[in-house]
Amino acid sequence: TRQVPALEIDGITISQSLAIIEYLEETRPTPRLLPQDPKKRARVRMISDLIAGGIHPLQNLSVLKQVGQENQLTWAQNAITSGFNSLEQILQSTAGQYCVGDEVSMADLCLVPQVANAERFKVDLTPYPTISRINKTLLALEAFQVSHPCRQPDTPAELRA
Amino acid sequence: PILYSYFRSSCSWRVRIALALKGIDYETMPINLIKDGGQQFSKEFQALNPTRQVPALEIDGITISQSLAIIEYLEETRPTPRLLPQDPKKRARVRMISDLIAGGIHPLQNLSVLKQVGQENQLTWAQNAITSGFNSLEQILQSTAGQYCVGDEVSMADLCLVPQVANAERFKVDLTPYPTISRINKTLLALEAFQVSHPCRQPDTPAELRA
Repeated sequence: TRQVPALEIDGITISQSLAIIEYLEETRPTPRLLPQDPKKRARVRMISDLIAGGIHPLQNLSVLKQVGQENQLTWAQNAITSGFNSLEQILQSTAGQYCVGDEVSMADLCLVPQVANAERFKVDLTPYPTISRINKTLLALEAFQVSHPCRQPDTPAELRA
Repeated sequence: PILYSYFRSSCSWRVRIALALKGIDYETMPINLIKDGGQQFSKEFQALNPTRQVPALEIDGITISQSLAIIEYLEETRPTPRLLPQDPKKRARVRMISDLIAGGIHPLQNLSVLKQVGQENQLTWAQNAITSGFNSLEQILQSTAGQYCVGDEVSMADLCLVPQVANAERFKVDLTPYPTISRINKTLLALEAFQVSHPCRQPDTPAELRA
């Protein structure tokens, strides 16, 4: 697919971030990234797919290149606000401390990077208090910090934490 | 169960195939994405499904949107016949292919995006999205496919493939560079579940498009 991420693990290479995460969950089941209850699992996947399939593809690099430089910001903002309008409403009924109840799940792994993108594209997050609250709670967790773009091997010096 | 569906929506078609394969009876509530400015924007539908998209499935007292989340729920609660293999590595391949189509190709050529690119650009835009994705998919299928996308059992990946090929045909994409995609599509279309769920046989199929 000529895209990142791709994970080489257990003798295979998997692409597509959610396919990778579900494989990790099935082969290294603890700590859980998906709840046990099928209805809660459905909510986690619904939120993950909304972000990973509904918002992100419309504002990733290759699409923005196609819409042209003068349109990029508006296009990205529209994609994100449109998706966040739906997401904020969904979270009203699914969220506890995190996107679905009080356990970190795959949905939370999708939320934080998308909020970071929203900030990069100067999206006003005031209409999204639940998204903002959950994002803030998650960013305090170690896993979300060590994995942050500002702390990677390839982070440019001027963006490094 | 109640399925909110539009006859030509490829996301709705994926779920219709899953329901047919698993032998689950359901009622269809048609949502016309074009009439009345788009019935998915009505207050009633938005209260039911805040993403204002089809498909949405009311089942077991909950409403689920996002076609793959629906299909995984059906798989977990009605496990036979399988739509995902047992082996985790094969499951990863099924999800990888499903996500490539459902997350990588389809969002870029669905109705709401095409409206934004403008009428004169729509065909080229859709064709680019599909050929770009099919170039990757054809290559992946070289190593995963048997009779179907992953080995010789129908899986969630196949439920994503057929509607996407139908879209490719609608947008006049030349399928000659994709022999594996074409072969698998043809094999799948012969199966009953892919026929009863076809856009040309739905309650809301317009008369002139009905099979």
